[in-house]
Amino acid sequence: MITYIEAIRQALFEEMRRDPDIFLIGEDIGNFGGAFKATQGLLEEFGPMRVVDAPIAEAGFTGLSIGASMMGMRPIVEFQFSDFMSCAFDQITNFASTTHYRMGVPVPVTFRAPTGGGFNGGPFHSQCPEMYYVHTPGLKIVAPATVYDAKGLLKAAIRDDNPVIYFEHKHLYRRLKEDIPDDDYVVPIGKASVRLSGNDLTILTYGAMLHVCFAALDRIPDSEGAVEIIDLRTLKPLDEETILASVKKTGKVLIVHEDRQTGGLAGELAAIVADKAFEFLDGPIRRVTAPDTPVPYAPPLEHFYLPNEEDVANAVTELLDY
Amino acid sequence: MQPAILPFPDSYTTPGRDALLRMLRFMKLHRAIEDRLEIAYRQGKLVGPLFVGRGQEAIGVGAGILLEADDAIFPSHRDLGAFLTKGVTPLQIFLQYLGRRDGPTRGRDGNLHMGDWSHRVGSFISHMGDTVPVAAGVAFAFKARNQPQVVLCFNGDGATSRGDWHEGLNIAAVLRLPVVYICVNNGYAYSTPLSQQMAVETVAERASGYGMPSQRVDGNDILAVHRTVEAAIQRARAGDGPSFVECVTYRMTGHGAHDPADYVPRAFLEEGERNDPIRRFLNWLDQSSRVSPFDVDVIDRSIEAEVEKAWAEAEAAEAPSGPETLLGVYAEGA
Repeated sequence: MITYIEAIRQALFEEMRRDPDIFLIGEDIGNFGGAFKATQGLLEEFGPMRVVDAPIAEAGFTGLSIGASMMGMRPIVEFQFSDFMSCAFDQITNFASTTHYRMGVPVPVTFRAPTGGGFNGGPFHSQCPEMYYVHTPGLKIVAPATVYDAKGLLKAAIRDDNPVIYFEHKHLYRRLKEDIPDDDYVVPIGKASVRLSGNDLTILTYGAMLHVCFAALDRIPDSEGAVEIIDLRTLKPLDEETILASVKKTGKVLIVHEDRQTGGLAGELAAIVADKAFEFLDGPIRRVTAPDTPVPYAPPLEHFYLPNEEDVANAVTELLDY
Repeated sequence: MQPAILPFPDSYTTPGRDALLRMLRFMKLHRAIEDRLEIAYRQGKLVGPLFVGRGQEAIGVGAGILLEADDAIFPSHRDLGAFLTKGVTPLQIFLQYLGRRDGPTRGRDGNLHMGDWSHRVGSFISHMGDTVPVAAGVAFAFKARNQPQVVLCFNGDGATSRGDWHEGLNIAAVLRLPVVYICVNNGYAYSTPLSQQMAVETVAERASGYGMPSQRVDGNDILAVHRTVEAAIQRARAGDGPSFVECVTYRMTGHGAHDPADYVPRAFLEEGERNDPIRRFLNWLDQSSRVSPFDVDVIDRSIEAEVEKAWAEAEAAEAPSGPETLLGVYAEGA
């Protein structure tokens, strides 16, 4: 049994042993082993040219990773918190994402982005900023929800020839434990996973919310066989095939994400379903998301802010009865 | 306050006749291409804006000519001469300006926002200073692979006010990367004079604050540029880290062809005219008897023919079709 964060660390070790062009850069990742210890032990094995402690300069080290990747290296950037990606927003959304389109030069950078709330981190350590990037052509975006996927999607991101943002959920780091295979596997980018099969309602979710959805179903014993849960795994490009096949089977959709509501992925998913499966729908498309506020710090506030199993259970019950 | 500028080593051999003629040719070709583009702009044949580097030819050429094929360069939006020294052709430049399918960006971007990575020419983007950390990354790859190559990265004075410029310089210095940063200081960021951009006297001071040798030179004297950048490149190749060269020059035009530059004092424009780097170089070549009027005439004629041929070819080239918009957003494979 290993944890989610250990799966990340294993993927880093294995990939760096496989390919000498891979290097890590970020804040406090070398001697200190990373704010969350995802890179512990890597400096000792790979040395300071492959595990690079950077100044607090997100735009600087993101730009550096882009340039190195243009030379065929495969940099892995660790943002200490996904919140801080905003400091490198320009480099990611204007430079990294357009370079192949403009110049035909691949930018195979992996951006590791510890994301999400649930630990009283407050407004600047708890955000889910994925939609700023989902909106940007040229990027790929993944968000593993399981230990198996944490390893397999990270390997896929590293081996991809495009800039990939890997949203690893901080709340899952040490709470999730699984047995995973010893062999070298990848989880392909662009493929969702049906985590639970059911006939009457499709839940579309990703990241830590997958586990909230399962917990919600425990509160509704008679929902067995009724609810299908799809873990998107990749947010860009979306696996429309899996999403639409499920919706056409069940006829109802609930979308659950930790990100805020306005401009959240739920809006795009709802539009896809309304566009392409309208005649299969037997009810409204519902969303359970965070409210349109900053992420608050105090426990009662953050508890209110984060979608929880009760919110999801209520929405499931309502939609099943619709 | 005296800027903490470190001196460069003082060993320099003036280039031989062939190298001097190459420099002259690139400078004149730079200007001839832009003269041709200005005509096209006035004729309404350019769909987008035009930003010329007239009067700044000594910088891109004097620095770029020092590079080897495997070295990388990130020119800024007026450094056409730098492109030429790395093997980018007038045809490619015209195809780019005309938005043609076979141009360097296949119609995806305009003006000098182009690269040709087969010649290790990186692409500038409109966000000033963005190439500074990116160039550091290319230098990082050279260093990580123990290759002797270096990177030249150009920016204007305006870009030196952006955060990415500062972060990039700092990280290049901390990691001792083989990169030379060149500031084309023409005194204006669009309409804003340097005095409204920074409270220090020189851009070089800003760079020296990051712990790299930083030198201010006459950017209209091609041999001064060449000599200084050569020293900086030697330093980078020797593994001693980045350097900074501030090339002081003039913008002899507005920001773009659309801009009459009414805000620039007449005297500054006239000073720029008097300091025309091509004329200054020709005078020096003449006075030092290194080239003859015949040599210059040969260059002028060949450039005229080359430019007209390239322009005709570019004008006749195909435009991309609308649906090609959708191609190439992602790299395939892997």
